[in-house]
Amino acid sequence: MTDAPILRMSGIQKRYGALVALGGVDLEVRAGELHALVGENGAGKSTLMKVLSGAERPDAGTMSLAGAAYAPRGPLDALSRGVAMIYQELNLAPDLTVAENLVLGREPSRFGLVDRAARRAIVDRVLAVLAHPDLAADRVVRTLGPGARQLVEIGRALAFDCKLVVLDEPTSSLSAVEARALDGVLARLRQRGVSIIYITHFLEEVERLAERYTVLRDGKTVGAGVVPGTPMRAIVQQMVGRPLEELYPAHERTPGEVILTIDALAGARLPTSASLTLRRGEVLGLAGLVGAGRTELVRALLGLDPVRAGTITIAARSDGGASVPVRIAQGVGLLSEDRKAEGVALDRPIVDNVMLTRDVARFGLLRTADRDRLARGWMEKLAIKAQGPAHRAGDLSGGNQQKVALARLLQQDADVLLLDEPTRGIDVGSKSEIYARIDALCAAGKAVLVVSSYLPELLGICDRIAVMRRGVLGPARPVAEWTEASLLEAATLESAA
Amino acid sequence: MSARVRTLLSSAGPAIGVIVALLLFSLLVPDQFLSLYNFRTVVTQTVIVSIGAIGATLVIASGGIDLSVGSVVALSSVATAVLLRDGSSPLVALLGGLAVGAVCGAINGVLVTRLKIVPFIVTLGTMGIARGVAKWLANEQTVNAPAGWLEDLMRKTPDPRWLVVSRGAWITLLLAGAVAFVLHRTVFGVHVLAIGSSEPTARLAGVRVERAKVFVYLLGGLFAGLAGVLQFGRLTVGDPTTALGLELDVIAAVVIGGGSLSGGRGSIGGSLLGAFFMAVLANGCTLTAVPSYVQEIVVGAIIVVAVALDRVRRERS
Repeated sequence: MTDAPILRMSGIQKRYGALVALGGVDLEVRAGELHALVGENGAGKSTLMKVLSGAERPDAGTMSLAGAAYAPRGPLDALSRGVAMIYQELNLAPDLTVAENLVLGREPSRFGLVDRAARRAIVDRVLAVLAHPDLAADRVVRTLGPGARQLVEIGRALAFDCKLVVLDEPTSSLSAVEARALDGVLARLRQRGVSIIYITHFLEEVERLAERYTVLRDGKTVGAGVVPGTPMRAIVQQMVGRPLEELYPAHERTPGEVILTIDALAGARLPTSASLTLRRGEVLGLAGLVGAGRTELVRALLGLDPVRAGTITIAARSDGGASVPVRIAQGVGLLSEDRKAEGVALDRPIVDNVMLTRDVARFGLLRTADRDRLARGWMEKLAIKAQGPAHRAGDLSGGNQQKVALARLLQQDADVLLLDEPTRGIDVGSKSEIYARIDALCAAGKAVLVVSSYLPELLGICDRIAVMRRGVLGPARPVAEWTEASLLEAATLESAA
Repeated sequence: MSARVRTLLSSAGPAIGVIVALLLFSLLVPDQFLSLYNFRTVVTQTVIVSIGAIGATLVIASGGIDLSVGSVVALSSVATAVLLRDGSSPLVALLGGLAVGAVCGAINGVLVTRLKIVPFIVTLGTMGIARGVAKWLANEQTVNAPAGWLEDLMRKTPDPRWLVVSRGAWITLLLAGAVAFVLHRTVFGVHVLAIGSSEPTARLAGVRVERAKVFVYLLGGLFAGLAGVLQFGRLTVGDPTTALGLELDVIAAVVIGGGSLSGGRGSIGGSLLGAFFMAVLANGCTLTAVPSYVQEIVVGAIIVVAVALDRVRRERS
């Protein structure tokens, strides 16, 4: 290992319309080191890596790779320069063999025929580094577990002789054993002089694996340094360090009767154990990392995902899982985190979306005038900007689509509102309208469960917050007992809380 | 763009196609084409495809597909003929034909929802099964039977002359109106369109997706059953080999009419225009002695062009 930087990014800027994703980022990675890139959700890590891999062009700033200017025209160009991205969603062809996947797109060939001897040489070299018992050249990728598949992806970077490999949350979908296997591969990669950028939320991984780190916050580099000797709490401070915005309505709430209790709930895969109590007139926040099992929890509550164990008690009636129509009849409603695929039916008009759960009809015949009036009412209350209720939902802005999805729950008159990332990717104006509506719902005696990865939001709108970590939900505590730093610690550190 | 304008535009495409075809043949062969007799012929020829297309519009709007239409038409026509041959009244035979169609549709729906197999595969399977059962039931030959008043349904020149066109054509129009009403003015219809647009959204909102889908396929089968009864009325024999490939004409009619195979959109009126357009083209080609292969090429090209135009229009708005 040398001290010469293999990658230098300086003053990188990138904006999408009015949104500044990167406002001047510096990143330096040395040859053969494992460099941790950390930051909250939305800090700009993904955008920065898109710039590095050529998927996005920066608006300003310079990059150099191994001393030469570097401006990739696209992911293939970046790959040919020796920069490989390993994404969370893996990009393998599941029905091809390990060997075929390793050289996919760059098969050694002679006159259009695969040069099997040359391929074997590459594959043998790569598999020696990966050293995983399941990885045989002729094994079909579909039959491999997620950890082994990820290694195949890393092996592709090796087959392409990459100098720099970017891993985005590599352990989020791995078991502890698989994660250890990954550790070994990373060590062997570094022995061969390969540098690794390691994006993670798990600070114990930073502590265990990384030599140096860079912290991003709000699209800027706010800290960088050497890992040994740096307390993880200091890194958390750098990740947070932002004043609370004046976006959240001041609230004085007195919670009423208990409306929802869940006890030791376990889903098909996640969560593994979740218990909580929700009262009328309160907002309970669920913090945690993406992939911790919060979305799975609210989906199981609505009956979209199966319940493996535990009980759910709604308004004094207990069961071990029920169908969506039953839950909706009980007054439960869910706002999906995936607005475009699930939250709204994009091809349908606003009115059909708003009325989808609780329509107005007589003997199955729609009362069109009433539907229009109700839809217009919600559009007005939520300030949905559109020509009218017949406007196609897919033509609205993200914020307005989200308000249409929320309007469906309001029209449903749900008593228990499960809001999964209610403000992700929407503008500030829409956010504040959604916050105001949540506050009004509480005043009207509804109960609200909010899943959010944006900590200031949780601290700003919730009465109590519980943290989920790798499928286990911690105790709910009053918001005054939490800070961004303590929430992050509970979500990322092994034995916190 | 408002929904109303959008609907108008999406039915404008097939309407323009029909008008162009009508004008073209009126100029080329005015005497033969512009006769009342010819008009009656074209309209009656449209009936079978149109009835199938009404049901298929529902199925396609829900995001599904039904490839078994042609086979179910054949099975229903054979069943109708067998019932008549064995002494049933025309009414009982009619109801029997409808029931056969509905059962086939319900089976499609249950297989799609319970076994979670994609509808293309399920209905590819039932296409073969229904055709086989039809041949079995008919002993691999046509079934002769007294058609009774079922024959009158497809008579080009109707008995009370003031009806102008065949009863079958009027039945088609009435049912089209009824189904268009169901699709746009009932909770069921809105649910079908929501499922076709985004099944996860419908599920999340508490729509009983499986139940709605079974009913959609059942209706699709019911319409195929009716088309089978009318086909029997036209041929006056039950023919297990009839309506081969009809499902493709039906799907073509829906697609030319503005339906989207990815679901969420469908216009009954558009589908009827699509079916009518193809019938006008077939008729005009016959009258002008244009070989039928030209007609096949033209219809094929129009399907591709219609969908491409629709896509461009949607992206611009």
